[in-house]
Amino acid sequence: MNAPSAYGMRQDRYPGRLFIVEGIDGSGKSTQLTLLAQWLRGEGHPVVFSEWNSSPIVKATTSRGKKRKLLTPLTFSLIHATDFSDRVERDIVPSLKAGAIVLADRYVYTAFARDVVRGVDRTWVRSLYRFATVPTQSFYFRVPLEVALKRILSGRPKLKWYEAGMDLGLHIDPQESYRTFQSRLLAEYEKLIEEYGLFALDATQPVEVQQRRLREAIRPHLAKPRVETPSLEQV
Amino acid sequence: MNKFDSYGNWVPGVDPTDLTGWLIVIEGTDGVGRTTHVDRLRLHLERLGYAVAETGLTRSDLASRGIRRAKQGNTLGTHAFNLFYATDFADRLENQIIPALRAGFVMLTDRYIYSLIARAIVRGADPDWIKKVYGFSIRPDAVFYLRIEVPELVPRVLVTGGFDYWESGMDLPMGDDLYESFTHYQERVIQELDKLAREYGFVTLDATRPVDETAEMLSEHVTRKLLAGRRSPVVAARDV
Repeated sequence: MNAPSAYGMRQDRYPGRLFIVEGIDGSGKSTQLTLLAQWLRGEGHPVVFSEWNSSPIVKATTSRGKKRKLLTPLTFSLIHATDFSDRVERDIVPSLKAGAIVLADRYVYTAFARDVVRGVDRTWVRSLYRFATVPTQSFYFRVPLEVALKRILSGRPKLKWYEAGMDLGLHIDPQESYRTFQSRLLAEYEKLIEEYGLFALDATQPVEVQQRRLREAIRPHLAKPRVETPSLEQV
Repeated sequence: MNKFDSYGNWVPGVDPTDLTGWLIVIEGTDGVGRTTHVDRLRLHLERLGYAVAETGLTRSDLASRGIRRAKQGNTLGTHAFNLFYATDFADRLENQIIPALRAGFVMLTDRYIYSLIARAIVRGADPDWIKKVYGFSIRPDAVFYLRIEVPELVPRVLVTGGFDYWESGMDLPMGDDLYESFTHYQERVIQELDKLAREYGFVTLDATRPVDETAEMLSEHVTRKLLAGRRSPVVAARDV
């Protein structure tokens, strides 16, 4: 599946570390990443956070495209790659060069899963992201569809057009569309675990149990902290 | 049988068998006179009874404003700029070019992926990567390359408003001042376009000839192409 020019072929050697979390909405990955950041900071590591969809320049175009429903699967894919590349060049790589621990909430795998579900060519989207640094370790929060749906839909939220996958014409009801869309994403993520060696965590476990496993998995990758501070918390 | 091919993958949701028009590309560096030739070619084709549509770079509804804003501050990294241009191109491909081809129009495009690829390579992009990025684009019926050398280009640019920051590669920059940077940058762009001309089989026209002469040659080439009927790939356009 990997053409020679696909993502993952280039391994950068920077002094920093890059840990990323992936999973569908409601998998609890953001909560886990926040807890991880607190722990790492407490241990004296310099931590930098990077979120999906956060480049200030590209954001205006993305939100315009979303609000006015101008985005097709192709331009949806490209504008997110633009945003992501700006983050990589502006935040992630310089931080890694400076020796920081970079934590990213969603990474290229979000694009691989979403874009392929939208009908974009699998190989093409992988070559698009070739410039991206491969994370030190990627974590996938695995959650059964019904559990994630219950977490997201129980408040009867107003789902956004693209978030619900309404552009795919799956269903006229946003909630039904969202269900189908999420189940397809889940199936794509399952394939990505093997393809890219994502570390899968059981996201139905209690928060603190997941956090303990996450810290255990990360610890071997950590250099000795620059600033020695006593551990503030024990999980 | 499809009239058109893509350079790799097809645009999601497009049925290639629906596309029946012609896609004619005019390529060439900044200031070479593409706009003049597109206008004249359009008039010529309309006189013959063809329905003609036009597009050019950074004219998309989606991304043109964002690109303009990003350029003002020179604030995006190179990958981000390249992908932003690709987004703009994709939006125009889907909303302007494909609908025109579906309707059987002759689509004249003032530059296509080749200028974007050339500029990206000059700014350090991996040639293989940037070509793959544009893998979703449609292979045109013919690409006409208005070729010029820098010494002939300079006086033209001087009389039409002077050196532009981006067209001089000042974001890199490639020299001590606008003039120095312009000449070095344009030399590199032309060098890359020449390579692409061989790789993709452009029809190269000498843009230093009098405008009327070039326009006439261009009209003749295109008319012959259209009369020759349906599909013949760009690579064969060399022998037109």
